Amino acid sequence: MTNLWMDIKHADVITVMGGNAAEAHPCGFKWVVEAKAHNNAKLIVVDPRFTRTASVADLYCPIRQGTDIAFLSGVAKYLIDNDKLQHRYVAVYSNAGYVVREGYDFSEGLFAGYDADKRDYDKTTWDYEIGPDGYAVVDETMQHPRCVMQLLKKHIAIYTPEMVERICGSPKETFLKVCELMATTSSPERTMASLYALGWTHHSKGSQNIRSMCIVQTLLGNIGMLGGGMQALRGHSNIQGLTDLGLMSNLIPGYLNLPVEKEPDYASYIAKRQFKPLRPGQTSYWQNYNKFFVSFQKMMWGEHATKDNDWAYDYLPKLDVPTYDVLRGFELAKQGKMTGYIIQGFNPLMTFPNRAKMTEAFSKMKFIVVMDPLKTETARFWENHGEYNDVDPTQIQTEVFELPTTLFVEEEGSLSNSSRWLQWHWQAQEAPGECRSDIEIMSGIFLRMKEAYKKDGGAFPDAIVNLKWDYAMAESPTPTELARELNGYTVAPTPDLNGTIIPAGKQVDGFAQLKDDGTTACACWIYSGCYTEKGNTMARRDNTDPGDRGIAPNWAFAWPANRRVLYNRASCDPEGRPWSEKKKLIEWNGKQWIGFDVPDYGVTVAPDKGVGPFILNQEGVARLWTRGLMRDGPFPTHYEPFESPMANIPFPKIKGAPAARIFKDDLADLGDAKDFPYAATSYRLTEHFHGWTKHARINAILQPEAFVEISEELAKEKGITKGGWVRVWSKRGSLKAKAVVTKRIKPLICDGKPVHVVGIPQHWGFMGLTKKGWHPNSLTPVVGDANTETPEFKAWLVNIEPTTPPSDAVA
Amino acid sequence: MADYSSLDIRQRSASTETPPEIRRQVEVAKLIDVSKCIGCKACQSACEEWNDLRDDIGINRGVYDNPHDLTPKSWTLMRFTEYENPETQNLEWLIRKDGCMHCTEPGCLKACPSPGAIVQYSNGIVDFIEENCIGCGYCVKGCPFNIPRISQTDHKAYKCTLCSDRVAVGQAPACAKACPTGSIMFGTKQAMIEQAETRVEDLKSRGFQHAGLYDPAGVGGTHVMYVLHHADQPSLYAGLPNDPKISPLVAFWKGGAKVFGLAAMGFAAVAGFFHYVTAGPNEVVPEEEEEAVEYDEAKRRETGRETGGGEARPH
Repeated sequence: MTNLWMDIKHADVITVMGGNAAEAHPCGFKWVVEAKAHNNAKLIVVDPRFTRTASVADLYCPIRQGTDIAFLSGVAKYLIDNDKLQHRYVAVYSNAGYVVREGYDFSEGLFAGYDADKRDYDKTTWDYEIGPDGYAVVDETMQHPRCVMQLLKKHIAIYTPEMVERICGSPKETFLKVCELMATTSSPERTMASLYALGWTHHSKGSQNIRSMCIVQTLLGNIGMLGGGMQALRGHSNIQGLTDLGLMSNLIPGYLNLPVEKEPDYASYIAKRQFKPLRPGQTSYWQNYNKFFVSFQKMMWGEHATKDNDWAYDYLPKLDVPTYDVLRGFELAKQGKMTGYIIQGFNPLMTFPNRAKMTEAFSKMKFIVVMDPLKTETARFWENHGEYNDVDPTQIQTEVFELPTTLFVEEEGSLSNSSRWLQWHWQAQEAPGECRSDIEIMSGIFLRMKEAYKKDGGAFPDAIVNLKWDYAMAESPTPTELARELNGYTVAPTPDLNGTIIPAGKQVDGFAQLKDDGTTACACWIYSGCYTEKGNTMARRDNTDPGDRGIAPNWAFAWPANRRVLYNRASCDPEGRPWSEKKKLIEWNGKQWIGFDVPDYGVTVAPDKGVGPFILNQEGVARLWTRGLMRDGPFPTHYEPFESPMANIPFPKIKGAPAARIFKDDLADLGDAKDFPYAATSYRLTEHFHGWTKHARINAILQPEAFVEISEELAKEKGITKGGWVRVWSKRGSLKAKAVVTKRIKPLICDGKPVHVVGIPQHWGFMGLTKKGWHPNSLTPVVGDANTETPEFKAWLVNIEPTTPPSDAVA
Repeated sequence: MADYSSLDIRQRSASTETPPEIRRQVEVAKLIDVSKCIGCKACQSACEEWNDLRDDIGINRGVYDNPHDLTPKSWTLMRFTEYENPETQNLEWLIRKDGCMHCTEPGCLKACPSPGAIVQYSNGIVDFIEENCIGCGYCVKGCPFNIPRISQTDHKAYKCTLCSDRVAVGQAPACAKACPTGSIMFGTKQAMIEQAETRVEDLKSRGFQHAGLYDPAGVGGTHVMYVLHHADQPSLYAGLPNDPKISPLVAFWKGGAKVFGLAAMGFAAVAGFFHYVTAGPNEVVPEEEEEAVEYDEAKRRETGRETGGGEARPH
């Protein structure tokens, strides 16, 4: 989230699109209800299904899944055509006037530099024109034909309300009502909050879905504003923590990058990460990258990371591919190239796409280790459960180690929520049986590995035998010890910002004190401030909220630097006065920035210095056009899902998103609309949390059995009865479920033809207390978003028919 | 049974003694704002947790309602109705939390023949005192909202207690505590009526011209009230009675018939004794039982009630 949960109560318009907040985030949704009840907010829901969120919406607009970019580009076009922009914000705080270099082009659905064989772009031309002064050229009048605003207008010109209706199936009148309501927030007095989740990310162009709304919100001047922002609602209680701590194959903590093969030494790695400002005087905060990186290396390898050995740069793996994400991982396992897997707190057999491929991959592995508090399907992938898991155990040789872990209530530690809060929690009860914490298990594995390397040597044992491991109990580091490392500390005396020397061995106050000379160590720079010399700030529980801004600065700790609303400098005009007194977050008092939140800006940097509010960006402004930072294009473009009921109307030759990744076998495993005419989508229900709560009796009572949802029209066409059994199948697999026949799903009229939606909730499996069932991953295609490799769980094709119950089911 | 004593009791079933009602407590009420409800079932979950109830794990019947109906182990549940509003052409998903309404004039209490099996406290809560319950099912017949359920295990009647045990110690009912959106509120009845007025005003400003408070006069008002978008058509909400009243049969049984009945009972007892001695025990013929059920069904249709989940009720 750019803002925070409580902030939503200040919104005037709330758009839930690409998510179903009432259903998947019922507790956080209270702030939407609050905004409606006490801020007279209007709630817009755009979704293929009339969801529980829609049930309390002021305006519901249907949309075909996988067409959000067309819809939102249509909104952006409406705003520009009808002059509903926050003009000064767009002019000063966005790159609308930046001139793009010659050679950049978009035609026939492709940007300049496309290589069809590699399914990738040469992004050289995706950049600004650089002037003789070394800075990007800007035309403040926004009239230059190659300036971003003009390119944007041209790029989205095709998305007329009529085109939106043809592609999305959203009725033109309803679409225009959505546009009108959103447009009211172009006034500085009004803001819109955009709430989204996996309904946007689970697509082959998921990142660009989000980009589309970023453009809309920037045009409306809603970023950095109270009650505005891009509110990414995280799906797990600590999934924010997962990304913050870099649990991705290509990241290290704090959104730093793991080196790639082309960066054989530290000099070549850091040269690409200088992040010099693209405009005079801009902050470009990532210029401090080396300080964060060196401090990370010092935390990892302590005295073994020195200036002379490039801070142990050689100890880091160098990626030979962009990412070893889960889709690639299981592709390699299927090919017999990845032979072991440690599974910590997730259930890949019932999560990742194409379950048949998952089963095949697991069956080829030598071993898997499953660390989980629950009996997961993954740990039993080899066990025959009739129709639900029809495998032959005699043909599977994979060795499975099940290690029971503690649950979050059985341990202390911190969880990072969508608001970027690190909230400390305390142990509530002892764990049963032989459970151990994940920390203890991983420590045990590491220490034994280290011994083995010490004893037997190996190709390159240094990174493992030299890892700093100075915890009081090596077998069981405490969460407090780890938290102190996340915050960072001095390893040698070092001056702070005022020149005062901080002695060695002190917790730093924040990331501003981190150094690139080896005098500081820090595991995750953005978490710096969470455990200072003053103590554990994550454990703070003061909900005092001056000004009723929803800020509560002394509740827990928010990264970065306890800042609650990112880009909050943009809540003021260029002179430093709040755009709206009602929406005030910070202001310039003539000497410094003061207010309710920690300024996202130099505290004493005067407004007349012309420093932009988006201090992380080299431009200092928000990007309507993203240069070469996205693999699949600097503007979002509508592409159909890889399995789609219809052709791409604007660019009929293009199937799927051109830069999204798909492996050869998976491409052959795609079905088409002739055999699979219905548009499927998957989602969560409020009664369950993923696959966990099917193990809990009460949740099992509240939603006991798997079902699919279809319209009354499709049910009639297929002879399907309410509560009857249906079979749903794709090119990759088949499942059975009960049919919920509902008015809440209606056929969408796209390009004059009806598209039927089949909705498949995702909570059932062959373990647990609920009735046994299937997960939609039996059907989903293996294709990943170009930037994140997130699978396309939200839009694919199926067929459906009435069927008989599974052999052991209750009729 | 709650932490109340006889001092708190306003009415007691089948009892000739006048309850003392020495402690005059302020009337409480639960306000369920249907327009804020997202149907998350946290209230159902909290009810099962607090009251330590665990219903059976059922099946899906093509709807979101689970369990499908109130049971002796499910004292509240969300009932989901898909409604296409003919005026606006909009689809509305009306989600109502069903459960005991805690009537000011409780039909169950009036109908109950067992002394002290049903009581009403001076704060308005209607409670079943299971140890006094004889499992006759008259409360089921007496209830205009189709709420009480008879357990097959112990043959006692069960329903929502409005968490009388929590309320007695100053806590809100578990469902209100758990509700994430503030759709379920709890307080004095007066405060809840005032709260409802602000909600109705808001709903009217959003185009729901007939928004209003459901606090039906036919049962003397209730201590569970709803804010409805369509207060002119309560039956849209999974058969919420438009104008609930205590069944005339119960009124008759408790009214003039009672005096006459008591005399008749004396006579019947004597006559019965002689009949038993001369003719042996009497048995109910199955046809008679069916007729009784049919009569009951017809009666229910007449009063505009439906059983939302379509589940046949326990006798």
